[in-house]
Amino acid sequence: MLQEWVILLVSFCYLGILFAIAYYGDKRADAGRSIISNPYIYTLSIAVYCTAWTFYGSVGRAATTGAGFLPIYLGPTLMAALWWFVLRKIIRIAKTHRITSIADFISSRYAKDPLIGGIVTIIAVVGILPYISLQLKAVSVSFNVLHTFQAPAPLVPAADSIWSDTALYVTLAMSVFAILFGTRHIDASERHEGMVAAVAFESVVKLVAFLVVGIFVSYYLFSGPAELIHDAVISPELSKLMNIEALSGGYVNWFTLTFLSMMAILFLPRQFHILVVENVNEEHVKKASWLFPLYLLAINLFVLPISLAGLLLFPDGSVDPDIFVLAVPLYNNQELVALFVYLGGLSAATGMVIVATIALSTMVCNDLVMPVLLRLRSLQRSDLSSVLLTIRRGSILVILLLGYGFFRLIGESYALVTLGLVSFAAAAQFAPVILIGIYWKGASRRGAITGLLAGFAMWSYTLLVPSFVKSGWIATSILESGPFGIELLGPYHLFGLAMFDPLTHSVFWSMLANIGCLVCVSLFDRQNAMERLQAAHFVDVFRHEDIDTGLWSGTATVAELKDLVARFIGSEQTDKAFSEYATEHDFDVKNKAQADANLVGFAERRLAGAIGSASARVMISSVVKGEEISIEGLMKILDETSQVIEYSHRLEGKSRELEEATAELRAANKRLTELDRLKDEFVSTVTHELRTPLTSVRAFSEILRDNPSLALEERHKFLDIIVKESERLTRLINQVLDLAKIESGSAEWSQDCVDLNEVIEEASRSLSQLFHESSIMLEKELPARTVLVMADRDRLVQVAINLLSNAVKFCEPGTGQVTVRLSTPRGKVRVEVADNGPGIHPDEQKRIFEKFHQLKGIRDEKPRGSGLGLTICHRIINYHGGSIWVESRPGAGAKFIFELAPAERSSTDGQAS
Amino acid sequence: MPEIKRRQNERLVVILIVGVIALNYPILSLFSKVRLIFGAPVLYFYLFTVWTVFIGCVALVLEKTTSSPFVSSPPKT
Repeated sequence: MLQEWVILLVSFCYLGILFAIAYYGDKRADAGRSIISNPYIYTLSIAVYCTAWTFYGSVGRAATTGAGFLPIYLGPTLMAALWWFVLRKIIRIAKTHRITSIADFISSRYAKDPLIGGIVTIIAVVGILPYISLQLKAVSVSFNVLHTFQAPAPLVPAADSIWSDTALYVTLAMSVFAILFGTRHIDASERHEGMVAAVAFESVVKLVAFLVVGIFVSYYLFSGPAELIHDAVISPELSKLMNIEALSGGYVNWFTLTFLSMMAILFLPRQFHILVVENVNEEHVKKASWLFPLYLLAINLFVLPISLAGLLLFPDGSVDPDIFVLAVPLYNNQELVALFVYLGGLSAATGMVIVATIALSTMVCNDLVMPVLLRLRSLQRSDLSSVLLTIRRGSILVILLLGYGFFRLIGESYALVTLGLVSFAAAAQFAPVILIGIYWKGASRRGAITGLLAGFAMWSYTLLVPSFVKSGWIATSILESGPFGIELLGPYHLFGLAMFDPLTHSVFWSMLANIGCLVCVSLFDRQNAMERLQAAHFVDVFRHEDIDTGLWSGTATVAELKDLVARFIGSEQTDKAFSEYATEHDFDVKNKAQADANLVGFAERRLAGAIGSASARVMISSVVKGEEISIEGLMKILDETSQVIEYSHRLEGKSRELEEATAELRAANKRLTELDRLKDEFVSTVTHELRTPLTSVRAFSEILRDNPSLALEERHKFLDIIVKESERLTRLINQVLDLAKIESGSAEWSQDCVDLNEVIEEASRSLSQLFHESSIMLEKELPARTVLVMADRDRLVQVAINLLSNAVKFCEPGTGQVTVRLSTPRGKVRVEVADNGPGIHPDEQKRIFEKFHQLKGIRDEKPRGSGLGLTICHRIINYHGGSIWVESRPGAGAKFIFELAPAERSSTDGQAS
Repeated sequence: MPEIKRRQNERLVVILIVGVIALNYPILSLFSKVRLIFGAPVLYFYLFTVWTVFIGCVALVLEKTTSSPFVSSPPKT
């Protein structure tokens, strides 16, 4: 048996470790190196969802309802699928508006109405009391069990006197702990990095503790979970737990539990605090969406084996199933395991109590006490930061004592889980105003108030009142025959609805009243401008990101604003905040006396972090002189801004199109100019080319006409020249016409199967005279077989003639040598015409196929040829899908090469087109 | 960008709907039997399997897109 002092020592050591972690976390946060800024710590901190309820209550519930403990964890798993867009939207809104609690969130959404904040706070406090009392009960019971349990003696009931009640001391210890943790100083952003780190650590401890006891029970006491389950199935009593029928209320209750836990995971004040307020980075939500369900899965794996083991070991019902987790190891004298389990349970309970009380105390302070305090004239000008801290510390103590009171009052008569479900049903009342509020702009302030009140009233009447009845405060007759004997108003079967279990009954009526009032009142309500403004900010948070939320157009001095903020969050933090603002917005805080609207808005949000948005508004308006911008005006600005944004988007699109069109036009214009220039050039070159022979024809004709006495020999010579020049003229004109035809695409092409051997032979035949005259050698290297291509035969002959005559032109008469070679490399047909002339300069090689580009002879500077021959060759070869190029080095001759695709076998049969 | 994001949201909603259907009456009643499968009661085996698959699907949808379409920028204050 464990001594009391051992347990106490271990407990306080453990709490000491937690405090050290929190202290370290805060230090790191102050140094700017956060230890909680990663999705894993975020996930673990969300696991504050698993409280003592999970730790002790799940096993208890499994022992009585079978699978009935699971919906509490399946709900959050399902909800986590929606986190990525629902939770992220809430986080974005909360960060934009510096929201620090769920009450603040709801009141901000509905026109920053302090009344709504107050209502939400009251619902939250009243609704969470059963939950807190559950934790107190769990810790005190587990403490008592640990030091009084003697196998196989039954459990000693809790002491009767308050002063000997362990729960009271647990309450006080927890209060001190929560106060130390949560309210060391007022932080404008209301974030507690150290606390989050400690909660994450606790989540690890409780998971490990539960897995340890699960493995211990399954594998040490029994030989594996399968064996354990097999033993249980044999017992007719236990085998009932294997199906849903063990759950009273059956599938409907199952659905209700799933729904409630789906809502609870987001809207329990402590979950909201951890998920939204303590969130460091929206991106963390992504990993948490599947890691957190995984955590839930792991912590539930051994619930069934442990509860079955408990039922097998204590078949007579002498031990409360809620303490099976402790009782089973103790029964087997495994005190160390039991002590570890106790620590796990303590982790679960303290984690919940700390986060819940901090969240609630913020709400009580900002939304209940501050609005009242700020109305007191005497407090208007004093330093309030210490007052704020005192209020928060006081409210933590009060909340925990209320929880203790609830526990004393009715805690004994309820199982752990049942207490928790009452709280879940209360938290679900926040779901409609938030979920509908962030997606429907029409939800109005009055709608929210009536919805919340109606839902809360229904919840109180159908769940809270019966719990008072059970504790003996109210006569039990009200349950059976209704108040004043009116049976229709019985809290468990309101208006005669008797088909549901009490929980489903309550959830049904309260949700119906809540949603019904919210929607109907909103539909018949006229929203004022402030409501519409806040609604727009919330619903369109992703669209209006850059639009400032400031409302102020009046004037305030910087000094006044700073004083005001300093009164709530302390002068040191204020200085820091203002200088940060100054560097970020390039605003000279020190030298400028008047604050602009932006700075006023900034101060308001800072204040909102400390005292809630509603109070912050009141405080700022006491400092700012002059008029606020009328909210109608602001709405208009908002609308106009959206319109302007849309117009500018459209404008951007248009101007982009315009730019594209302009670029196209510019390109087209450039091409046209280029073509025009080419045409001019062409015309001038052609005329020039035509004039040269024409001039000589005319000159010689005039000589002949004017000198009839010319010698016959002379006369012949001149006539020869005239004929030659005319021929040249004809050739030139033919070539120009040819080229024009080819370029305009109106030339007629025939497609025949042509043997290139023949083509080359024909060309060299027609040029043989020329070769002979210039005494230039022509060497032909032709293959023995036919080389067929599909082409226009005459044109190919023309190409060959052009290339050969070109070669002749550039060869030295006498020593000149021209080689024409036909080969078929790699599926191509290649014709090479090489000469041993002066060669072509590399610069010229590129331009040699251009129109009228004439090579300057290397020795004499006189151009030879028309300048169209190669251009025509180029066009012809191109037309046939081949390629033509020149290879040459100055002084080493030039080699013109063209390649064509060989004719395919099938088409060699000679079908001409 | 909104296209990818919308598709992702649609998938998540469908996963949720499938999950809610699979974990409620009447599908659930098909498994509410006193029988063992792999040493575990059929009901528990089914629930934990659906649970695991559900988590896997959510993880797949969320982690497949490498980063958020609009990376969060902390709101200016």
